Amino acid sequence: MSILVLAEHHDGQLADATAHVVAAAQAIGGDIDVLVVGQDVAAVADAAAKLDGVSKVRVADGETFAHLLAEPTADLLVALADDYSHVLAAASTTGKNVLPRLAALKDVAQISEIIAVESADTFKRPIYAGNAIATVQSEDALKVITVRSTAFDAVGQGGSAAIEPVEASIDNSLSSFVGEELAESDRPELGAARVVISGGRGMGSGENFKILDNIADKLGAAIGASRAAVDAGFVPNDMQVGQTGKIVAPDLYIAVGISGAIQHLAGMKDSKVIVAINKDEEAPIFQVADYGLVADLFEAIPELDSKL
Amino acid sequence: MKVLVAVKRVIDYNVKIRVKPDHSDVDLTNVKMAMNPFCEIAVEEAVRLKERGVATEVVAVTVGPKAAQEQLRTALALGADRAIHVETDERVESLGAAKALARLVAKEQPGLVILGKQAIDTDNNQTGQMLAALTGLPQGTFASAVNVEGDKVQVTREVDGGLQTVELTLPAIVTTDLRLNEPRYAKLPDIMKAKKKPLDVKTPADLGVEVASKVKLLKVEPPAERQGGVKVGSVDELVDKLKNEAKVL
Repeated sequence: MSILVLAEHHDGQLADATAHVVAAAQAIGGDIDVLVVGQDVAAVADAAAKLDGVSKVRVADGETFAHLLAEPTADLLVALADDYSHVLAAASTTGKNVLPRLAALKDVAQISEIIAVESADTFKRPIYAGNAIATVQSEDALKVITVRSTAFDAVGQGGSAAIEPVEASIDNSLSSFVGEELAESDRPELGAARVVISGGRGMGSGENFKILDNIADKLGAAIGASRAAVDAGFVPNDMQVGQTGKIVAPDLYIAVGISGAIQHLAGMKDSKVIVAINKDEEAPIFQVADYGLVADLFEAIPELDSKL
Repeated sequence: MKVLVAVKRVIDYNVKIRVKPDHSDVDLTNVKMAMNPFCEIAVEEAVRLKERGVATEVVAVTVGPKAAQEQLRTALALGADRAIHVETDERVESLGAAKALARLVAKEQPGLVILGKQAIDTDNNQTGQMLAALTGLPQGTFASAVNVEGDKVQVTREVDGGLQTVELTLPAIVTTDLRLNEPRYAKLPDIMKAKKKPLDVKTPADLGVEVASKVKLLKVEPPAERQGGVKVGSVDELVDKLKNEAKVL
């Protein structure tokens, strides 16, 4: 068996998610190649070659592949897929965008967001916003899979895989990149942070999110939000934790002014320790919280800040 | 330009689901069903395109059991002009649905197809992308803004880390994210009128496709329960517990 892992990268750097996906590939077993697709991605390829367990890094570098648009990237994967039994990517917006297109072009099903590998053809994945875990088996010759990276521990960085360019000519007249607006943040990335502190509707305004800053800085935490806080315009959408936002599983998750709707819990209930601070003692968040504090967040947060 | 919009009948998003005792699937008997929330956003966007004069006709489609006609009627009440139901009692997942939709795209020749980004039951997030692949059309997934200009559409996408805008040649496939729009409610007179709008019923065999999922569902289990937690009385106690008991600080 041979497995191809599509590398995740941003701003010329390999994303942590890739090391988690390689771990999922190891659980399946077989030779693991990493495919780096993009423009000017030599540094990404070098970083991918250092991941433990990787046999070979294949690099498709070119203008067509800039921004990993779905149409050319899927066509490239189709050209390479016959060498492999499995194609894996992180269940990021890139993986979710590209892999189903590959699967349909190869006339196979895709298995989304696996959280465990039972065998080379059987996997566990959450359904119904994480309220049920399905065990599914694919008999397709090619398994196309996205991986929930928080469910697998990252592999180490002691490898030295060979790097080789991919010779494939791919055209794209269907789509083009116009521009992007990326949220700027010095804090750790939400999906990879060890500590996450999130605010909900109870924060009252975007301005009030600043009271989380100090605690986040002290704990090296990322700041997240519930959908209610995003919809109210308090914070940008990419901070959203939940079924329709990011899935996180940090060591410590602090939910501030978040009631704990099913859709929010879907994004954080695999956190190791959950703390809830809410003035409504009936809030459903207290049913999943390891430590709950019934208090007005505008008093509790400054006090917590002063005591850390 | 004709706009095709795909809708799915799913469990109501507020319902707390139960797993069947034999672990064969989730129990859907006597459970409130509704249109998938992302599909509501897709219908709303199609209707707005019609109100702006960009779309000339909005066709709502679904693949599923007979009861899914309720959701097509909802789409008609919200402003779709007619509906097509591909009726099947098979367990259909993304690839099968995409194959049926691809046949309808070939037949109807829409300028734009709008789907939700994912259904809240299977949480697959695949059908739109697969439909794009099968029809050879470009895809604008996780859309938070859609602007049709001439023979192109600009789609602003919600990606990890922010927003990305891509330009696609029409016809194209778009999948909706939550912030694309705020869906309207169906008004009573519109619900009455929707009963008279045309609704075509076809079978997968009529379209010449197999829709049953080839991925075997071996088992469905409830997730591991979290241990019941404790309520603390003060911030001091909280900090103490996090430091000394949970050891996460």
